[in-house]
Amino acid sequence: MEDISTGSDSDYSSSWISWFLSSKGNEYFCEVEEDFILDRFNLTGLNNEVANYSQALDLITDNLDDDIQDELRGSLDVQARLLYGLIHARWIVTARGLQKMLEKYKRAEFGRCPRVLCHQQPLLPVGLTDIPYEKSVKLYCGRCEDLYSPKSSRHGSIDGAYFGTTFPHLLFLVYPTLIPPKSGPSDTGSSNREAASGDSRSRRRRDEAEIAEGGGEDINTATVALKAERYRPKIYGFQLHETAKLQRWQEAVRDRQIARLEALEEATRT
Amino acid sequence: MPPKSAQSLPAEPPRAGQEEDREGLAAAEGDEIMEEADEVEEGYTSSTPTSTLTWITWFCSLPGHEYFCEVSEDFIEDDFNLTGLNTMVPFWKEAMEMVLDVEPEDEDASKIPDVSIVESSAEMLYGLVHQRYILTRAGLAAMAEKYENGVFGSCPRVYCVTCNVVPCGRSDMPGVDTVKLYCPNCNDIYVPPSSRFQGVDGAFFGTTFAHLFFQTYREHAPAPFWKAPTSGGSPLSPRSGLTGYVYVPRIYGFKVSERAKNGPRMQWLRLRPEDPEELDMVDWRGRWLDEDDEKEDRQMEDFDPDAVDGEEDDEEEEEEEEESAMPGQKQDRHCPSPRRLSPEGACDPGVSSIKCCTSHTSG
Ligand SMILES: [Zn+2]
Ligand SMILES: [Zn+2]
Repeated sequence: MEDISTGSDSDYSSSWISWFLSSKGNEYFCEVEEDFILDRFNLTGLNNEVANYSQALDLITDNLDDDIQDELRGSLDVQARLLYGLIHARWIVTARGLQKMLEKYKRAEFGRCPRVLCHQQPLLPVGLTDIPYEKSVKLYCGRCEDLYSPKSSRHGSIDGAYFGTTFPHLLFLVYPTLIPPKSGPSDTGSSNREAASGDSRSRRRRDEAEIAEGGGEDINTATVALKAERYRPKIYGFQLHETAKLQRWQEAVRDRQIARLEALEEATRT
Repeated sequence: MPPKSAQSLPAEPPRAGQEEDREGLAAAEGDEIMEEADEVEEGYTSSTPTSTLTWITWFCSLPGHEYFCEVSEDFIEDDFNLTGLNTMVPFWKEAMEMVLDVEPEDEDASKIPDVSIVESSAEMLYGLVHQRYILTRAGLAAMAEKYENGVFGSCPRVYCVTCNVVPCGRSDMPGVDTVKLYCPNCNDIYVPPSSRFQGVDGAFFGTTFAHLFFQTYREHAPAPFWKAPTSGGSPLSPRSGLTGYVYVPRIYGFKVSERAKNGPRMQWLRLRPEDPEELDMVDWRGRWLDEDDEKEDRQMEDFDPDAVDGEEDDEEEEEEEEESAMPGQKQDRHCPSPRRLSPEGACDPGVSSIKCCTSHTSG
């Protein structure tokens, strides 16, 4: 499954981007299409963010002069990664980029939610800020709508700005049918596993899901929170007074929001 | 196959420590994708106790057994503590002998079909005794020491800021589910980060321990209420106690409105009131005590997206400063009151901006 080409001499043939994507720790990144990078409009402002911008750009597009390569090589590599990361953050919020990330999401390549009651829900990468060098990448769970730290330190050190604050939320905005259900097994994961074993039934189910994507006019998420499962701490089978009280309050907050959303739903219908 | 008791063991030292290191390394590096390759389960049968090591010490040192504490032999030898367990463990007598390193009586040796069966009985026996032991004063203290040393790890949730967790089971009956980790900050349970815990039965820790633990050691338990610090500073900066931050999703810097289909629906799960009195605003049935008098106002506000502007109370300004540094942290901790739901007036897109984003990207 992993095809890690360890930067050997024979690597001259492959592009910088494919080398970058196959490097260990870069599994969360998707491929930014060349057309996107070559359209300078998409890179507006990045020349202020990246030192040696034009050489870094040449490097990631495999146009770097061999002479320069020797002098700058070390620092240029850092700048090229930064540049690719910042382009990546812009790319994954385009229609094509969302699709590329969606494929990775469906294969659960960003890991799964560690929360037990999220039933292995696949995660999506997200940044806490869009400014580079501030916060490492986090993982967003569409089921519990919370953030988790990557399990591996390799991923824990990736800059969150290379994914940005917007991406996962835009994904569910554009593909509302992919908003995970609040209870039951996670569909994305299971269909993936079944598909791997060549189950025709699951493939059909996946096709249906594919067709449904992008539509979703009739999706109503006003009351979905009612289906969410939650853990209830108990001592010898009895709920703890303090946590029970907090959980009651939290559920009252939930119910109040649901009432608000239902009223809104009602108002828009009429 | 390992020998059935400590007496007839080879002299070689246990390899448990080595394995643990190797496994630990793999766990630290491997994320889910990577881990699938590592999932070759190293059965503990590959390493065996030496004569200098008791079965209990050996068992607790095996990879994946890091969460167990050592149950004192006195506790196991007291029949009262074992009440009811003998019906749950086959080859009870042999298992007891193995756990306590007692030389088996010769006449019985022939009756045992397979040493591995006794081994799994010994594990079951020890696990079930362990479930009870960690509810005692001595057991709680043993677990507290492990907790303070961070043996159980910390909560994977970002806004729990590495709050330490404790092992727990979802059932007290063995064979139902594997061990999980309970976080006292978010009151939720998590799958242990390493696959080596996937073979450990949750019943060996039980449903009660985690909560009795935090009742006993109140200093480790966060308060159920939480007030945002008024001075700036990131919630993710080196830990200054636990936090009650709730994640707020944003698209292009704008909060995703709850009016959007993909708007936040789960913030209540992590929300905590600013002070304990707020908890009393909900009765035992989970209804707001002030429901009737507030209802009308609230609905008015809901339907008027402009109402969110300018109506803010004092907290606003302090929050504004943090905004640029840390977009994720700024949150509406006040879902109950929609008026406060979109504090930073100008930034709130309302429905229109969100719709606007959709048409750009999908078009
Ligand atoms: Zn989750
Ligand atoms: Zn937590």
